[in-house]
Amino acid sequence: MDQIYELLAITLGAILANNFIFSQFLGCCPFLGVSKKVDTAVGMGIAVTFVMGLASAVCYVVNEFVLTRFGLEYMQTVAFILVIAALVQFIEMFLQKSMPSLYTALGVYLPLITTNCAVLGVVLLNVQNNYNFISSIVYGITGGVGFLVAIVLFASIRERLVFADYPKCWDGFPIALVTAGLMALAFMGFSGLKVW
Amino acid sequence: MNLKKQFVEGLLTQNPVLVQVLGMCSTMAITTSFFNGLGMGVAVTIILTLSNIIISAIRKIVPDKIRIAMFIVVIAGFVTCVDLLIQAFVPALASSLGVFIPLIVVNCIILGRAESFSYKNGVAASFFDGIFQGIGYTAVLLVMCIIREFLGAGTFGGGLLGVDGKGIQILPSQFPIKMLTLPVGGFLVLAALIAAMQWALSRPKKEESK
Repeated sequence: MDQIYELLAITLGAILANNFIFSQFLGCCPFLGVSKKVDTAVGMGIAVTFVMGLASAVCYVVNEFVLTRFGLEYMQTVAFILVIAALVQFIEMFLQKSMPSLYTALGVYLPLITTNCAVLGVVLLNVQNNYNFISSIVYGITGGVGFLVAIVLFASIRERLVFADYPKCWDGFPIALVTAGLMALAFMGFSGLKVW
Repeated sequence: MNLKKQFVEGLLTQNPVLVQVLGMCSTMAITTSFFNGLGMGVAVTIILTLSNIIISAIRKIVPDKIRIAMFIVVIAGFVTCVDLLIQAFVPALASSLGVFIPLIVVNCIILGRAESFSYKNGVAASFFDGIFQGIGYTAVLLVMCIIREFLGAGTFGGGLLGVDGKGIQILPSQFPIKMLTLPVGGFLVLAALIAAMQWALSRPKKEESK
């Protein structure tokens, strides 16, 4: 039972209260870069969710059975980033073969998932919080879902921003950041969330 | 090699945060006190300079196809060194920056400069590019820290000056807008800074066209 409560708490925290983007600032680059259209945002969100879940699982195994066993914990950063880079390369090849339209839509941002701080962040947080195998995977996937929710909401707001009338110098990133700031304010409301 | 041009580019016209819009995550996340901003800025400057030097030194022997992987390994190596050094000598900084020190690996500024500058230029030019871009990044961090700390908590130099490192209280404690020290403030202050930069950079062009 405790395990289920813990998983529920992780899920709610990762999606709402401690959303990766709005409260931890992890993954802001693709969040701002790929959010001009809802379709690409959905694709990016799903790709990131997938990589985060997979990376959590693989890095847990690597950390537990290779790094800790041989006393190499200080190599965590290097080992994790290599694992993530290999995973992303694999997914890139897979998408290119099976979903070419999504592959071209994601374009340069697909290899950039490697340098998405959310992916490396979730792996490092798993180690820091001492999550076990199941919790790590759940945290990875729900963190990705939180990213997906945030980027899709943000993209749909941004599509409407074209009709807004704002000073010229706020064009592009500044107005997007203001939007994100207001969304962060809204997500802050979830931090009062108490389930039990 | 044009040092003055590189300096102006790093600090203003090609500022990594305000103009190239790289490395946003750390910029918004850790700029809540002066000490954090300074520590992060110095750490990134050191790593950026060292990785620039190494990458430009090995640029001729690295095959094109695996260059990104090579960059990441070089950067991750330096980040690990700096991470261990910070944990050993400045534990207060290590605990307040937390996961954001290892996350310097995926700071787009470093990979971006490796790809766009040091992979194409000589060792000396890359060295200065690292220093100037690092200074540009640090300057933005410090400006954001000062604004957020002053308006959000009413203090200056948090973590470094004052009693118990709480900073020097400038505004009486009932005035500050607490919101600015929260994540929201990060987004809004950075938005205002980028907007100001875009305004400043677009002005001279208009004068020329007249």
